[in-house]
Amino acid sequence: MNDCVSIVIVSHSPEVARGAADMVREMVGTEVRVAHCGGNPAGGLGTDVGAILRAIESVYGPKGVAMLIDLGGAETNSEMAIEMLPEEMRKNVVICNAPIVEGAVMAATEAAGGASLQAVRATAEEFLS
Amino acid sequence: MNGIIAKSWEAFGEAVIRDPTGLHARPAVKLTRRAKSHHAEIEVRAGSAGTWINAKSPNAVMKLKAGNGERLYFRALGEDAAVAIAAMVALVEQDFDG
Repeated sequence: MNDCVSIVIVSHSPEVARGAADMVREMVGTEVRVAHCGGNPAGGLGTDVGAILRAIESVYGPKGVAMLIDLGGAETNSEMAIEMLPEEMRKNVVICNAPIVEGAVMAATEAAGGASLQAVRATAEEFLS
Repeated sequence: MNGIIAKSWEAFGEAVIRDPTGLHARPAVKLTRRAKSHHAEIEVRAGSAGTWINAKSPNAVMKLKAGNGERLYFRALGEDAAVAIAAMVALVEQDFDG
């Protein structure tokens, strides 16, 4: 449904990204749209700005997108992907400062209730506090 | 009471956790989602001496760490409080299979 915040998971490893997305779908359900991407274009570990951009666009909705990402390059490439979005979409896409798997499940649980992007991000970031 | 007016909770319920591993992650998510589907303010605690927490907070519910055989207590406040409590109790009694 379009009235939930969507989730995008970005890992260096395609398997980690897919596994985290699987956990969200199984534990929270399918009403929250989840996209995932991982790996570099050569098929190795890494992240790819184009793939991240497509992942965001594939689930983008009016309530926005919360991103859960892993280490280093995932963050800079995610920031680059967000900057490549049309200006009106950019402010609706946030990177959560949270562990990728737990953060994704928490964010999706909050999102499933129709919560705002700010609330979804806060719930993901609250996990370790 | 320093001017703080205690909330008058309108509906109450309780149920025992049947899952052998207790209130683990998946049931915790289900509990939160069920709570969020109601307008009422809902709180839950594990055991009669537990601390009341917001049943709509995924983080708080996950940290309850209630074990098998432990009793969950619910209280609710709001227009659909009674319906919400019935739904929460049913969820636990059905072993989160719903």
